[in-house]
Amino acid sequence: MPNSQLKQAFESGKFVVTAEAGPLKGTDITELEEVAKALKGKVNAVNVTDQQSSVMRLGSLAVSHLLKDWGVEPIYQVTCRDRNRIALQSDLLSAAVLGIENVMSLTGDLPSAGDHPQAKPVYDLDSVSLLSVISGLNAGKDMMGNELKGKTDFFAGAVVNPGADTEASYELQILKMEKKIAAGARFFQTQAVYDPVSFAKFMKRVEQFKVPVLAGVIPLKSAGMAKFMNKNVAGVCVPQTMIDRISKAEDKTKTGIEMCAELIQSLKPLCQGVHIMAIGWEKKVPQIIEAAGI
Amino acid sequence: MENAQFEPVVVAFCCHYCAYSAADLAGSMRLEYSPNVRIVRILCTGKVDTLHLLKAFEDGADAVYVAGCEEGSCHFQEGNLRAKMKVIQGKKLLQEIGLEPERLAMYNISASNSVLFAKAADEMTEIARKLGPNPLKKARGEVK
Amino acid sequence: MIVGERKTFEQIWDSIKDLKSVLILGCGTCVAVCQAGGEKEVGLLASELRMKSQLAGKDIKIGEATIERQCDREFFDSIKDKAREYDAILSMACGAGVQYTAEVLEPIRAIPALNTRFIGVTEQEGNWAERCRACGNCVLADYGGICPMTICAKSLVNGPCGGSKNGKCEAGQDKDCAWVLIYNRLKKQNRLGDLHKVLAVKDYSKQTHPGRYINEVYLKPKMEEKSA
Repeated sequence: MPNSQLKQAFESGKFVVTAEAGPLKGTDITELEEVAKALKGKVNAVNVTDQQSSVMRLGSLAVSHLLKDWGVEPIYQVTCRDRNRIALQSDLLSAAVLGIENVMSLTGDLPSAGDHPQAKPVYDLDSVSLLSVISGLNAGKDMMGNELKGKTDFFAGAVVNPGADTEASYELQILKMEKKIAAGARFFQTQAVYDPVSFAKFMKRVEQFKVPVLAGVIPLKSAGMAKFMNKNVAGVCVPQTMIDRISKAEDKTKTGIEMCAELIQSLKPLCQGVHIMAIGWEKKVPQIIEAAGI
Repeated sequence: MENAQFEPVVVAFCCHYCAYSAADLAGSMRLEYSPNVRIVRILCTGKVDTLHLLKAFEDGADAVYVAGCEEGSCHFQEGNLRAKMKVIQGKKLLQEIGLEPERLAMYNISASNSVLFAKAADEMTEIARKLGPNPLKKARGEVK
Repeated sequence: MIVGERKTFEQIWDSIKDLKSVLILGCGTCVAVCQAGGEKEVGLLASELRMKSQLAGKDIKIGEATIERQCDREFFDSIKDKAREYDAILSMACGAGVQYTAEVLEPIRAIPALNTRFIGVTEQEGNWAERCRACGNCVLADYGGICPMTICAKSLVNGPCGGSKNGKCEAGQDKDCAWVLIYNRLKKQNRLGDLHKVLAVKDYSKQTHPGRYINEVYLKPKMEEKSA
């Protein structure tokens, strides 16, 4: 049975807080270590992204291991874009051996989104079948039913997009969430949420699944950032009121943190935790947490 | 100066119902227009194939144009629209091999517009004069 | 049909410019339908290459011929003799046809004039779209006749990724999200319940290449050996 610190945090009933650490391109881990130091003890766990935005970077397996060394609980993110089922199962065994306990299964952005658009996309498995595979490894068997000499004990999570903007895509997100749970997902993180009202509607639909959900939040740095996300990031809808507020703000950092904290406070009664994606300003996360009082 | 002595050969594919009628009318009205234009009468510009346009250049034409009815008035509904696309394709192919796409054009001339017919003839002859002889002729040693 | 796209003129010219003679060979089936390599396209390319050859001060002999298809041996019979007069064949068929041209007319060189794109349909004249990736294990019955392997940029078989925006794929504005299409089609068919099936993971061993499909019934029959 998985018994990671993250799982225990959910079981304690306290409001769980997770953050994100995105590896950089190269072998210089100074920045990562600083982020780890800043987050240590302030959050329950930290996601390590896997070639985020399809840009080739330092791997999530190595960085998850480093985080553990530095005393921070990692959530090892695995996407299906770059590795086939053989490599994925192998990497999961490697992660287990390195003491990583939390894993997150994702589809992964297309190579065309990143800096190696000529790469061959793999997508041998998808986020649902990968969760099945993780459950299998936890039970001591690989995908083909072969017995493992030493099994894994992962606490597995997945993502869901409550901002899906058509009837079809919204219903399919919830359907896929169900499939993910059936395949072994035991916690969820959402795409960035900016409207507590629609998020409440979403949570009403999924509370029957009885699985902890962490609402994703992305603190705003500028009106430009909000407009960019509205235009380009599926599921993200920053309301005009927020765009205006950050636009008029003199100290954008202060206002961005304030708005994020207020948002977290309004989301708190609706879900089991929050996942703070402070892209590029991970070190500000402790300030956000303090301002939100969580 | 070579270009001053150069008399372009211009081929005009004219549809029977409009452009050719306009040509007839220009004649009746004694309008003057470039004698360099060789008119090829066709039933409808829709019958023009891109290959006809290319072959005209292969055979040494310095400029080629297709003259059909005004859009919306083609006697055969859409013939002139198809011809428009053939001319676009022809220009693209000319550009690929290194011939100036300006040597090929599409005109829409109504049966009563003898003035436009004359203008088109003069226009294309001028373009050919400015651009000089079809480069193929020089390559083949037919001109110096 | 198999949809192909003519290579750029630079690429084609580059591949034949040092030859003394080339026979442009068209194909009357798939590539003729998508207006990339049929008799008409052979004529256009031949005219272009003749003119380019002259402009470049060369004198390349350009021949033209089109056969029904280049993926069946028999159709080459009518042009075998003619082909021998040329340094190379510039084939306007799909990749399969080019290879057969090289094989059947060996040792005459075969050069492709097209890039084979995909198996697709004509959505509109001039606009051809991919529909099938020949995965070897068709499950269209389960998806309302819309192929997730092909139409979904990530070939997802268990539902959409989070990148679907306004019914479009994260790959680009012109691409529909396959899963939105599947949902809407199944809704019209009153079969939304089918979406709850978790489908088995795809078996990619079916796609190892080169593929081969033999139906013994159609192989050339042999006489039975009589025992003494």
